[in-house]
Amino acid sequence: MIEIRLHGRGGQGAASASGMLVSAFTEEGKYTCGFPMFGFERRGAPVTTFARFSDKPITEKTMIYTPNCLVVLDSAQLSFPNVYAGFQENGILVANSNRLPESKPHENCKKLGVVDATSIAIEEIGIAAINTCILGAFAATTGWLQLDTLVNILPVYFKGKMLDTNMRSLERGYHETQIVEYE
Amino acid sequence: MDMVQNTEKVEVVSGNKSAAYGAYVCSPDVIGIYPITPQTSVVEDLTQFIADGRLDAEIVEAEGEISAMASVIGASAGGARTFSSTSSMGLFFMFDSYIMAPLYRLPIVMVNSNRELLPPNTVACSHQDIMEVIETGWIHIHVENCQEILDAIIMAYRIAEDPEILLPVDVCYDGFYLSYLREPVNIPSIEAVNNFLPTQDRPTLGGPNNVFSCIYCGADQEMAELRYRQQDAMEKSKEKLEQVEQEFAQHFGRSYGGQLEEYRMEDAEIALFCMGSHAGTARVVVDQKREQGIKVGLVKLRMFRPFPQERVLTALKNVKALGVIDRSVAFGWKGGHLYRELRSALYGHGLEIPMADYIAGLGGHDITIPLIERVVDETKGIAEGKQYQEITWLALE
Repeated sequence: MIEIRLHGRGGQGAASASGMLVSAFTEEGKYTCGFPMFGFERRGAPVTTFARFSDKPITEKTMIYTPNCLVVLDSAQLSFPNVYAGFQENGILVANSNRLPESKPHENCKKLGVVDATSIAIEEIGIAAINTCILGAFAATTGWLQLDTLVNILPVYFKGKMLDTNMRSLERGYHETQIVEYE
Repeated sequence: MDMVQNTEKVEVVSGNKSAAYGAYVCSPDVIGIYPITPQTSVVEDLTQFIADGRLDAEIVEAEGEISAMASVIGASAGGARTFSSTSSMGLFFMFDSYIMAPLYRLPIVMVNSNRELLPPNTVACSHQDIMEVIETGWIHIHVENCQEILDAIIMAYRIAEDPEILLPVDVCYDGFYLSYLREPVNIPSIEAVNNFLPTQDRPTLGGPNNVFSCIYCGADQEMAELRYRQQDAMEKSKEKLEQVEQEFAQHFGRSYGGQLEEYRMEDAEIALFCMGSHAGTARVVVDQKREQGIKVGLVKLRMFRPFPQERVLTALKNVKALGVIDRSVAFGWKGGHLYRELRSALYGHGLEIPMADYIAGLGGHDITIPLIERVVDETKGIAEGKQYQEITWLALE
């Protein structure tokens, strides 16, 4: 089983991102589930969400403590130690940031994907709803999902103009991610 | 997207949407609802179904939960199939109407997204809200995953509308852990559900052309008879759930064990006992401990009201020790509700099983794999004759 933990803030779409991951893994024939954990619904409040996928049925209903992959939607949280709690060896980090970090973000980080999702989302969608962009980066960095799969499931979540703008944001996220591999 | 659910399909949905789909495929006539976290999207999804023309139902967007329930009480009394949903403080604001539904013997089906109470300000999961209303005469069924939410709603209508039962059913699922959990759910066609759930003429108390009063109750004996019949119907609902599940399995190929599920209990020497979403986590722990050679099983309670005493006695007859996980506190009684019920159910039946109660999961406290492993390890110790603490508050350790 692969466990993915997403760190964001209310309004960025971390909860929907977890849902879109579940839709995409389902489309690719995996067992999968995901859920968010937050307090009262507030814009700007920290939000942690979770997604799991596996070749076997998943029954546990707990938060994720030993993620194989971290997706950090809120660049400020890249410097929060608790974001990396339990990060597994050979871990993959997908981050929204306008620059590559100068050093390895965490000792267990094997692969890093960085995309300036905030700028892309504002250019394409008009607001900093960055989840579709970061999912493009997720697919590019991890290789666990095909871009086409994400393209296929996006109409479940968006309609009309929002679908077009998010589709562009997704595709730019996929193509504009800078990937770094560490020894 | 199909405008009307003509074929079975698999869709990734949240627990709340699964609940909305559960209501939708049962074609309710009247829905009375009011939003509250973590249940709000049930309200949104049902309203959307109606706005899209997929569901032909009257929706009462009430000014509060007390009116939401009152609206479905009136509609149900007139013979309509009804649905409602709420959570936590909404459930208590509904209480005045909630308690009337079983007294009127109305086959209302609703869902409760299990949540903490206020204060302190929290919307997180626990079973504290639903445990405050266990003795109201509603049938309470608790579930473990999104598919089970939908399936339990379909079965709930069969039980509620059975002429031998005629009681309301509350399908209870954990807030956040299930209300917002997204997983693929098999959504049956309306035709398949219609075949399972006949649109028979429901008995009516009255209606616009048959106005009646049900306020007056004259003599003590009448009151006692009403209560006796209500209690009798609750007792019968236990066996009814077993029958309905068997039929459901024939129609849809899924089943959940009826009043409770025994998981790897065949040769179990010790057992976990719990209810709700964390039963799924307990399965993982049982599997891991079995690999280590520990003969542990899980009893997942599904029906909390009425309490399935007979099934519990059968399930536990061979275990040497029991670890109970409670997600609520029975105030004024030292443990949680499951523990209290078990002590009562086992008494006088020759099953002096030593058991320890673990209070966990309050205020969204995560019931993790290591926590459940600890419960198994300590329960194993109890079976071996070690000293143990009767009540443990896991979050305080």
